[in-house]
Amino acid sequence: MYVAVKGGEQAIDASLEQLARERRGDRAVPELSVAQVKQQMRLAVDRVMCEGSLYDPDLAALAIKQARGDLFEAVFLLRAYRTTLPRFGVTAPLDSAAMTVRRRISATFKDIPGGQILGPSFDYSHRLLDFALMDESESGVSSERTDEPRGEPEPLPRVTDILGQEGLIEGDGDLEGSAPGDLTREPLRFPASRDLRLQNLARGDEGFLLAMAYSTQRGYGRNHPFAGEIRMGDIAVVIEPEELGFAIDIGDITVTECQMITQFKGSADKPPQFTRGYGLTFGYCERKAMAMALVDRALRATELGEDITAPAQDEEFVLAHSDSVEASGFVQHLKLPHYIDFQSELLSVRDMRAKAMARANAKEASDDAA
Amino acid sequence: MTRLDDRAGPSEIGVAGYNFAYLDEQTKRMIRRTILKAVAIPGYQVAFGSREMPLAYGWGTGGMQITAAIVGSDDTLKVIDQGADDTTNAVSIRRFFNRTAGVAMTERTAAASVIQTRHRIPETPLRDDQILVYQVPMPEPLRYLEPRETETQKMHALSEYGVMHVKLYEDIARHGRITTSYDYPVLVNGRYVMAPSPIPKFDNPKMDRMPALQLFGAGREKRIYAVPPYTPVKSLDFEDHPFSIDRQPQNCDLCGSHESFLDEIVTDDAGGRLYVCSDTDYCRERREAGGVMSRSAAE
Repeated sequence: MYVAVKGGEQAIDASLEQLARERRGDRAVPELSVAQVKQQMRLAVDRVMCEGSLYDPDLAALAIKQARGDLFEAVFLLRAYRTTLPRFGVTAPLDSAAMTVRRRISATFKDIPGGQILGPSFDYSHRLLDFALMDESESGVSSERTDEPRGEPEPLPRVTDILGQEGLIEGDGDLEGSAPGDLTREPLRFPASRDLRLQNLARGDEGFLLAMAYSTQRGYGRNHPFAGEIRMGDIAVVIEPEELGFAIDIGDITVTECQMITQFKGSADKPPQFTRGYGLTFGYCERKAMAMALVDRALRATELGEDITAPAQDEEFVLAHSDSVEASGFVQHLKLPHYIDFQSELLSVRDMRAKAMARANAKEASDDAA
Repeated sequence: MTRLDDRAGPSEIGVAGYNFAYLDEQTKRMIRRTILKAVAIPGYQVAFGSREMPLAYGWGTGGMQITAAIVGSDDTLKVIDQGADDTTNAVSIRRFFNRTAGVAMTERTAAASVIQTRHRIPETPLRDDQILVYQVPMPEPLRYLEPRETETQKMHALSEYGVMHVKLYEDIARHGRITTSYDYPVLVNGRYVMAPSPIPKFDNPKMDRMPALQLFGAGREKRIYAVPPYTPVKSLDFEDHPFSIDRQPQNCDLCGSHESFLDEIVTDDAGGRLYVCSDTDYCRERREAGGVMSRSAAE
């Protein structure tokens, strides 16, 4: 009798042991190496780094391996590691015009200074399963590169800067005197400033942002977007330690940037001009960067005096629910024991049912008597 | 309250690469400052820079951050979930602090200096040298009535709690009773309406003027709040519908108690039930002290 809830200790040990065994799978198959994940599952690595908000391809690959390919779990692993790291300083703003570009496209102009560069993209691939990949062959991969070495990269001007010369697009904000917030150190408060909003979206779940962005295209907070420019490539990270007084390049990271250009009819104090939505991700996360830019723009509704009619324009709705680690935890905590609450509800429902039945019986009795 | 500040410190114990009780000392200081503010304004939810913990949100990350910030090497920790020391999540959290802090653990309520709990208050009355740390999923008692944080903050600031009373009134009008049976809202120190976390309303009276310090941590929602020792905590009600608790008609099948909150264990598919104390320590102590074994359990 009464053994059901005993033995939590042994149960946990057994569960962890099974997990480790299932992670490894059939031992006849060689073990996956972290280097393989990092090289050949790179888009998963990029997504985990982006949502985990830690740029470390090796640890992201390790997290993916440890999480058995569950990217939510991998993001969580990386976050729980990141939170313990000390903060050394804040980098200088990234200059995306100085990016060593691997991909750069604009949907607003046929040609732009520096040209359109497709780069490695699924866009024009036909989604046919390539059965040749069933074998570990090198088929379809030529050892010669088709892209010409670009030599010393020249800065590619941003499309939004070209529009900016004519004043057709709003400015990009002012950096002077504003220290960026950090919602991993201070809780997010509403209304949120744009830096915190962008930080939240950059960490946000890609699926959630994609659905939010999609909803704006289907009329729930429409803002007439154009993909002004999407660029992906490597960019130098620079810090300027106070005690040194000069800048140090601490390495390159891959980022994807999306600048959405959206319509704005103008207001009493502003002439008609295009407005911006901005997306930036670690790694090559183009879908996420585009979705982020659309949602960023939708969330500027209050600032631009637009009516808030749709979920994607609702700051509290979007920012409070974008984080996959928070959402995944709270949804899944429902599997933890809730016997006490349920018992309280049982008591309450039994009591109400008893009263309701007593009333019904009394009514029946009086009906019979009549 | 000075005791809070000199309790925890770096230590050799624990997991390589991590500080004593996992969190770094700066984070602990931040959390202790938050706790001090929470104690100074009973029932008020203080926002804090909640950290990602190595356990999932919803598993008690808020309570764990509080415990990590206040626990010291001379403390004795008890962790319960649903009143029991041996539920899997309680075991897991106890293991976590055993690994990262190496503090002494106990299952005895009376022997603990810090008790972290989910969904229950121990049956054994707590003393003023003990701290009760609650894990809180939703710290905002008004959230289900008003989803917006910007609005609920104003409502608290203005003590504008009409919607809550309307909700309770509508319950009575429709069902003849207040249907909230757990996480039953309370008024702390006559000022802030507070969510007691999803404890059964059976436990609400224990919060009132409790000698122990009560700390509430909501990790995902990034809030900490507190009820200082001996603070009045009143469950919301009406003069003509006073707050009352649901007494279970059964006694504990193991120790015979008719005072404690009981778990209902389904023993077969023919309506068989066993009722046992949800507070496993209370039940065991009663049995050790020679409590009555009832008929069904003795079989």
